[in-house]
Amino acid sequence: MSYFEFLAEYGPRFVDGAAVTALQTVLAAVLAIAIAVAMGLMRLSRNVPVRWFATVYVEIFRGTSLLVQLYWIFFVLPLFGITMEKFTAGFVAVGMNLGAYGAELVRGAILSVPKGQWEAALALNMSPAKRMVRVIFPQAFLAMLPPWGNLLIELLKGTALVSLISVADLMFEAKQINSTTFLSAQAFGTALVIYYVMSRFLITPFMRWLERVMARKMGRA
Amino acid sequence: MSQETLSDFPLELEGADAPMVRFRQVTKRYGNLTVLDSLDLDVAEGEMVTIIGPSGSGKTTVLRMLMTLETINEGVIYVDGKPLTHMPRNGGLVPADNRYLRKMRANIGMCFQHFNLFPHMTAIENCMEGPVHVLGLPKREARERSEELLEMVGMADKRDQHPSRLSGGQQQRVAIARALAMRPKVMLFDEVTSALDPEVIGEVTNVIRKLVGEHNLTMLMVTHQMGFAKDISDRVCFFFGGRIEEQGKPADLFGNPQRERTQQFLSAVKEAS
Ligand SMILES: Nc1ncnc2c1ncn2[C@@H]1O[C@H](COP(=O)(O)OP(=O)(O)OP(=O)(O)O)[C@@H](O)[C@H]1O
Ligand SMILES: [Mg+2]
Repeated sequence: MSYFEFLAEYGPRFVDGAAVTALQTVLAAVLAIAIAVAMGLMRLSRNVPVRWFATVYVEIFRGTSLLVQLYWIFFVLPLFGITMEKFTAGFVAVGMNLGAYGAELVRGAILSVPKGQWEAALALNMSPAKRMVRVIFPQAFLAMLPPWGNLLIELLKGTALVSLISVADLMFEAKQINSTTFLSAQAFGTALVIYYVMSRFLITPFMRWLERVMARKMGRA
Repeated sequence: MSQETLSDFPLELEGADAPMVRFRQVTKRYGNLTVLDSLDLDVAEGEMVTIIGPSGSGKTTVLRMLMTLETINEGVIYVDGKPLTHMPRNGGLVPADNRYLRKMRANIGMCFQHFNLFPHMTAIENCMEGPVHVLGLPKREARERSEELLEMVGMADKRDQHPSRLSGGQQQRVAIARALAMRPKVMLFDEVTSALDPEVIGEVTNVIRKLVGEHNLTMLMVTHQMGFAKDISDRVCFFFGGRIEEQGKPADLFGNPQRERTQQFLSAVKEAS
């Protein structure tokens, strides 16, 4: 079987798998960003229990393996009455894990905003919430975009693990095709190329574009 | 901050001669370092008081405490007759809470050595930010007010530029307009020309000159520019070691300083320039 014949036969399944991977990535990314912002801000809270909660969250999700977390969410949580579809369990696990890493990016970016900005906002008598929303966060956002680009690529790659709970993503399809055809090089090679294209030709250019747009909006371009 | 109720301090300053700003026995410490040492200082309404003194003498600290950027260890600061650092409670004064501080802070505006404009906003957006999002003014009114002030500081033509496109002198003028847009009663200037190239210092000092001439603002200014201080101040305070070593009319303090430390400082400054 030539590679073209292989593609003609199994191409559609790679496309389906890639679509599931893309959807997992987008949903996990949305969740990760929401968690990252919430936990990043909570890590900076003056309220000790709030700060403590966020620290524990970040420690647990960064300190243990994504695969174990995925299994917990899919196999163990049902024992406590929380049952999720495998598709949901997949992006929730990835999103919660990467959200913990993102929280540190958010926290770092907020701390990187010069002290003078806080003081100027206070001198204008802005409330703490307004200071954060109007002055600090927009500047932190710009600063955290480049590392978020890397994190989203990690997130895309992380979604491959959801194949282990039988979500029919790109990796799952590749494994299936491999086990029926034994054409390992073709099956996994194709998956490899698709992952690469998604990260380097979709995520990276998108993030670069976003950085440019935001920089222009903020008068930094 | 001492938590017990202060009973030796008045709850309010009354009478026609009540100062706009009063420091009463104000002490500020960082650890063991006493930065302000039982400081007493009154500034009358509409008065321009300049603070000079060697590095580390507590000049910036005086302004930062008035702006409520620092907490107080002892004593009380009053602004416009009311305590700033404390609030009345049960017939005495207790440390101010955040709500009280926000109410009192509306009286005060500050300009910083490094401008601290918001980089993600244009000049006019910087000026409109407070009026719209703190005072709750309609956008149109805030814009009008800001345009007027940018006009006054000579920055009307740059209103849509971001700070990164402006020179230091231009940024500082926008920062002055931004602070004035809040209509404070007291304006604080902390070395607003120190970070500027010599050739643009004049454009900022001219704005401050204009404020002194045309407005009834109460102003406290820290500066190392003795000539400027002499020109525009109603009174000059020479700080040394967290206290006022000597104060007086600029002609007297610069022309005929009484204390040895003042004389030393002024001659050292003269030699350096
Ligand atoms: N946050 C802080 N923590 C510890 N010490 C501080 C802090 N802020 C100021 N100080 C110290 O307080 C003293 C007075 O500082 P301040 O900034 O008021 O001096 P200054 O008169 O404005 O000096 P300069 O002319 O150098 O600006 C200095 O010795 C300074 O090191
Ligand atoms: Mg200073």
